[in-house]
Amino acid sequence: MLDDFLIRAALAGLGLAIAAAPLGCFVAWRRMAYFGDATAHAAILGVALSLALSLPVVVGTLAVVLVMAALVYALSERGLAMDTVLGVLAHSALAFGLVAVTFVPGVRLDLSAYLFGDILAVSKSDLAVIWTGAAAVVALVVWRWQALLTATVSPDLAWASGLDPRRESRILTLALAVVVAVAIKVVGALLVSAMLLIPAAAARPLARSPESMAVIAAAIAVLAALGGLWGAFLFDTPAGPSMVCAAAVIFAATTLVQRLRG
Amino acid sequence: MNLIDATGLRVSLGGQPVLSDVDFSIAPGEIVTIVGPNGSGKSTLLRTLIGAVRPESGKVRHRPGLRLGYVPQKLAMDPTLPLTVMRFLSLPHRVPAAERAAALEEAGAGTLGDRPMTGLSGGQFQRVLLARALLNKPDVLLLDEPTQGLDQPGSAAFYRQIEHIRSHLGCAVVMVSHELHVVMSASDRVVCLNGHVCCQGHPEVVAQAAEYRALFGSGTHGALALYRHEHSHSHDADCGHTHHEGHHDHGAAPAPRTAEAG
Repeated sequence: MLDDFLIRAALAGLGLAIAAAPLGCFVAWRRMAYFGDATAHAAILGVALSLALSLPVVVGTLAVVLVMAALVYALSERGLAMDTVLGVLAHSALAFGLVAVTFVPGVRLDLSAYLFGDILAVSKSDLAVIWTGAAAVVALVVWRWQALLTATVSPDLAWASGLDPRRESRILTLALAVVVAVAIKVVGALLVSAMLLIPAAAARPLARSPESMAVIAAAIAVLAALGGLWGAFLFDTPAGPSMVCAAAVIFAATTLVQRLRG
Repeated sequence: MNLIDATGLRVSLGGQPVLSDVDFSIAPGEIVTIVGPNGSGKSTLLRTLIGAVRPESGKVRHRPGLRLGYVPQKLAMDPTLPLTVMRFLSLPHRVPAAERAAALEEAGAGTLGDRPMTGLSGGQFQRVLLARALLNKPDVLLLDEPTQGLDQPGSAAFYRQIEHIRSHLGCAVVMVSHELHVVMSASDRVVCLNGHVCCQGHPEVVAQAAEYRALFGSGTHGALALYRHEHSHSHDADCGHTHHEGHHDHGAAPAPRTAEAG
């Protein structure tokens, strides 16, 4: 069954959707959209590094994304405005990544595969990486759910309850880095944050509790992944962007339903 | 043994010194009110006591196993987080629904359980935060300007409730307030703060102290002046009356308009 490239693509999309959507809810609740964007852009630098050192792409991306996150926190603690820090770092990392890739010796690289994903070329070992990463992220989020939610509502309330909110935000950053690293192959560095944020935003009008929002977001992400893949097959369009298009259409639909309901 | 002992606290925020050489302690069952002008470091002191702010020097010691109930001034919650009052009360520890309902009742917010957190008024919000603090069965309750957004009878009632909770639970209370004349009867001790501890002691002693008067002046900012102002206002029958009628007009006016429209 796994020999069919379409089945492999669908499974890759499923894995990413299930991990990214609940995490995306935290990205929305904590207003970290630009943070997600910045770390994803940095992934291209990770790709260049991996190719230069002949490391697996996941390892290089994960490392660069984590360094990037540490840098963002360090600079914002020095009093620079968060969105300025993110704007500077995101585009610097992307530019350095794009430049660095040209120095990698050997075959000319198809950069668009890393920018927009290449889900139809997902191999069995890619699939193992994606599902391992996704399972780790889901387990992490489920395990820390109550603490993450408390720290999201208010870091001060978390402190008073004996939790360390800095620890919870490090856990989220780690989960985010893993999602970015496994998503490179599926939707690419430029569209990762779309797969994080759009399903969560689409789920909001339908959700009554944080838990239901995470579950609905995951369902919407799965629908978008499979629907996008189906659309890509039908109309011969790029798969990654088609998934994001599908998610955007669902977002428009749920927002419209909310408006009509009043 | 004291519940909290803080000695020699020096705190800076964003490079600005906020507190210097502050000693503070609270004994079981004691009600302490911290007063001081805007920017005097009252909230920062409270946040340092719960561990949310790290002092540059000095120490905050909690009695082992100390349970804190913290009620911040406000929470910066994102409206994309669908959180009802009842769900909020189960953070970070899950609490049986009956206990949560009882805590809401005790805090005077019995009807708010199903309301979303982001749709509460200032006064309702404070009561919900108080209910959450009570659920933890705190040894010490820390309240940051709990009567902001309440009118004078409302805050007087709130302070009576705090006294009731103290005698009911036997917890100590630390609160930040600018309304010395209202908290007078309830407080065992008043700490007058302006970056450092200016003076402290029994409320009536503090109200007479030169340091306190120097800090709050004799203008309308002083608690005593505020009291006199309120006194003269209640004699100002015309003003009060006009305002009263104006209110009635305002309430009655829309009805005929609606009738015309229909």
